Amino acid sequence: MTERLESLLRAAFPEAAELSVADRTGGGDHFQVTLSSPRFDGLSLVEQHRLVYDALAAPLADGTIHELRIKTKGTM
Amino acid sequence: MTELSDQIRQIIENEDVALFMKGTPQFVMCGNSHRALEALRRAGAPVTAVDVLPDPRIREELSALSGWPTIPQVFVRGELVGGADIVEELEQSGELDRTLREKIGEEYRGGGAERVVVVAA
Repeated sequence: MTERLESLLRAAFPEAAELSVADRTGGGDHFQVTLSSPRFDGLSLVEQHRLVYDALAAPLADGTIHELRIKTKGTM
Repeated sequence: MTELSDQIRQIIENEDVALFMKGTPQFVMCGNSHRALEALRRAGAPVTAVDVLPDPRIREELSALSGWPTIPQVFVRGELVGGADIVEELEQSGELDRTLREKIGEEYRGGGAERVVVVAA
């Protein structure tokens, strides 16, 4: 399942400087996303996380993701 | 009783710090809700908590209003501050304290009592 999330994020953030998805519990529904991208430069954390939520809208809506932790930062 | 969405909007707009969570501060039902609550407590924020679990429509209406898909959600004076990760990060950097001072006032810590508001259709 981490592969599906990672490919969605790679498609949405092809320019990402750092991108990883970890299964926090091994159960396939608690994930930690870590993402660093120049697109985040100058955006608030709320705006940054919204972009991640947009990229993961499908697995969020269909219940694949039970819990999501997000760590984002710009590259500046 | 007013519509759910109106009740939720009123809480967001009228409460200094609104925390929409799974469970209550006395009985938290989710790890991320717990993390958000604890970060707000460390900052001394006057938390008004709303449990979204009693009725799935609360969460639907809230996300429709905020455009934020997950729970918890924290608002300060009507503005979405974020979910657990952001609130935790802002608390650690000291920015949460700064936001609370700016929006509520220097004395916000004094009013740190927690309360629970029930939303019902």
